[in-house]
Amino acid sequence: MSIIADHLTYIYNKGTVYEKKAVNDVSFSIKDGEYVALIGHTGSGKSTLIQLLNGLLKPQSGTVYVNGEDIFVKDYDLRALRGRIGIVFQYPEYQLFEEDVFTDVCFGPKNLGLDRQETELRAYEALKMVELPDEAFFQSPFDLSGGEKRRAAIAGVLAMKPDVLILDEPVAGLDPAGREWIFRLLSKLRKERQTTVILVSHSMDDIAEHAERIMVVDDGSIVMDGTPAEVFSYGKELMEMGLDIPRVSRLLYMLKENGVNVNTDIVTFKQAIEEVAGLFGKGR
Amino acid sequence: MLRDITLGQYYPTDSYIHRLDPRTKITGTFIYMISVFLIRDIWGYIAAFLFLAFMIRVSHVPVKFMVRGLKGIFIILIFTALFNVFFTPGEVLYSLWKLDITREGIKVAVRMVIRLVFLIMGSSVMTLTTTPNNLTDGLERLFRPLKRFKLPVHEIAMMMSIALGFIPILVDELDKIMKAQSARGADLENGKLSTRIRTLIPILVPLFVSAFRHAGDLATAMEARCYHGGEGRTRMKPLRYGKQDYSAYTVIILYLVTVIAIAVML
Amino acid sequence: MSLINAENVTFEYIRRDKDGAVEGINRAVDEVEIAVEKGDFIAILGHNGSGKSTLAKHFNALLHPVEGTVFVNGYDTREEDRLWDIRQTVGMVFQNPDNQIIGTVVEEDVAFGPENMGVRSREIWERVVQSLKSVDMYEYRKKSPQRLSGGQKQRVAIAGVLAMKPECIVLDEPTAMLDPQGRREIMSAVTELNRKEGITVILITHYMEEVLNANKVFVMDKGRIAMQGTPRQIFKHADELKEIGLTVPVAALFAGELRKRGVDIPDDILTTEELVKEICRSLRII
Repeated sequence: MSIIADHLTYIYNKGTVYEKKAVNDVSFSIKDGEYVALIGHTGSGKSTLIQLLNGLLKPQSGTVYVNGEDIFVKDYDLRALRGRIGIVFQYPEYQLFEEDVFTDVCFGPKNLGLDRQETELRAYEALKMVELPDEAFFQSPFDLSGGEKRRAAIAGVLAMKPDVLILDEPVAGLDPAGREWIFRLLSKLRKERQTTVILVSHSMDDIAEHAERIMVVDDGSIVMDGTPAEVFSYGKELMEMGLDIPRVSRLLYMLKENGVNVNTDIVTFKQAIEEVAGLFGKGR
Repeated sequence: MLRDITLGQYYPTDSYIHRLDPRTKITGTFIYMISVFLIRDIWGYIAAFLFLAFMIRVSHVPVKFMVRGLKGIFIILIFTALFNVFFTPGEVLYSLWKLDITREGIKVAVRMVIRLVFLIMGSSVMTLTTTPNNLTDGLERLFRPLKRFKLPVHEIAMMMSIALGFIPILVDELDKIMKAQSARGADLENGKLSTRIRTLIPILVPLFVSAFRHAGDLATAMEARCYHGGEGRTRMKPLRYGKQDYSAYTVIILYLVTVIAIAVML
Repeated sequence: MSLINAENVTFEYIRRDKDGAVEGINRAVDEVEIAVEKGDFIAILGHNGSGKSTLAKHFNALLHPVEGTVFVNGYDTREEDRLWDIRQTVGMVFQNPDNQIIGTVVEEDVAFGPENMGVRSREIWERVVQSLKSVDMYEYRKKSPQRLSGGQKQRVAIAGVLAMKPECIVLDEPTAMLDPQGRREIMSAVTELNRKEGITVILITHYMEEVLNANKVFVMDKGRIAMQGTPRQIFKHADELKEIGLTVPVAALFAGELRKRGVDIPDDILTTEELVKEICRSLRII
């Protein structure tokens, strides 16, 4: 599923003192199956941008094309679109509401108008996918632990079987094991369902390890768009925007400054190990 | 629509009204409310309108912002108007099925709506120009004499201030929850009343849970900062009447006298 | 005398079913012993649900142990008439900046603590100005906290605690909801308070990189203290940490991997700077 953003502009509280241009004339396209990371400091406009992509917000000007169709024309079925472009919001566990986890996960597919059997099948698959133990299925979502709640909430979106999955800081507040688990899940989704992933994150290390492409949002505009190696070569500019570069890149750049000949295009941990071990003749 | 409720919000800017002592503003608003009910004819309405317009002007709060506050209660206004139009006995102008529209009904309806608008705009001028903390301080001081009757004045004032502070947080939270459930395909706009009530559950349950979470966290944070009620509490900005307050009181009393004079004389 | 002394502290949550009958008991903190000295920078590491936040709430009498005792400046936190002294001595900053702001103007929020303590208004002003200056937020004193960034809100929260003139600040995952810039702001503010003003810091976190400035680290697992020592001692144990859902700083992980490959690198690397230095040294030997 391809998404094209065409000159999107979104302004909050237009015409008041609180007026704020959150998204300013933004255009880009995302191809089927891509793994894109969206970075920018808090308030840079990335959350607004993702809400425009599935029609939760309507832009003041510009539009979004999904598979070539304008999603803001009058008769476009936005509800069906939301089933195909799923959003996992920040702290998604706060949206749980049903009496038990299973019914909560059924909420999404049921809203898509699927019959009961299909709904339950999808809910079951989604719960299996997030590796919640069977005994948790019929517990109240409010009795789960923090990490389990998040899994249940993510299952609620996965049960709609979206082609595109947008996640707004899915690892916020999670410990290292929880973070690792989220990224394993995303890899699995890409492999088994060919899901397109759009990830909003503050963790440069995680992005460097997983994303294929990075878009940098600053002050409502996309100021950089490229591979991790390309984007992270602008360390100074990123720091000025309140962002950072991955620790692996920092290491390689520092080695280079100290006269060690290393390839600074490397951003992942594994490749960096090979590169440095190679200096000692210990690479594989 | 919910974002449009300006009642209870503070509009940060600097103006003569912003600088007034909260007690002056509370008393002034109270007097204005009474005056609105004393009005009998068109001159009274003109006086009340001019006074309100003058206050809004001096407060530096954009009129647009004030008018937006009315949107939230639009339904109440319409309902009040219709109720009066149809259910006031009098000279029938037009019959619609079993309902009669009367001349008196229209008159009463127009009056009621104007009064409601004046009341809401009037109290908005106060809340928009006074921080909740300041407002609480003012109320606490004004009602301090009631402490003698064992009324927990400080606690009530503090609760009010926190409740006011909660409005923007909960509105924000509500917005997030509605977005999240819409993203899961919930249809929040269409449908019959019976199904619409059911669509509220996915929104209300998380909203309540989150309100309790916020409240619990806030209570812990307040305790950690040594909050233990009003006893022995001092203020960074103790309330003191200044020159501007005396002149404000003079203006308010002049206004009240004018309204009473109009009501009595005409 | 230690500033804070937790002796054999145990805390249990009682789980109840729908009818209110006791369903089970969760031991959130299990026989913990911690001594905090004046001027310490303590880090408490642990995965979600390891009991670290519950433990932290014992340090200023927000919770009381079911067994054992917590002493602050020698006073048992259960002593009712010492309660406000204890909370003034040990201030606390929480994770969610939005849920700890009480005032609608920055300076009014910072004043909340001293107001509760009954400080005279002239001195409140002095304290507010000073506290805001020490977290570099003075120019925002007239702003509405709602309009600040996450990092700025947390700095206001820290100022709110500083205005109570505490000896110790407990920070419960203060950066969990912040972006990289906000994280840097908070960590440098906290480090500065510890070094320049001598304020004792207890930092609860699960970000490994944030504990590097600590002089003592406690690692919690299932309510117990699983490890303790300096960051350098703790992060030597990458495998044990991984087992309890944690990890080590990237530089330490990197060094460990190189060592496994037979590269001559010491086993107590913590920062990228150290790692670069050691790699360069090692290369020159070849």
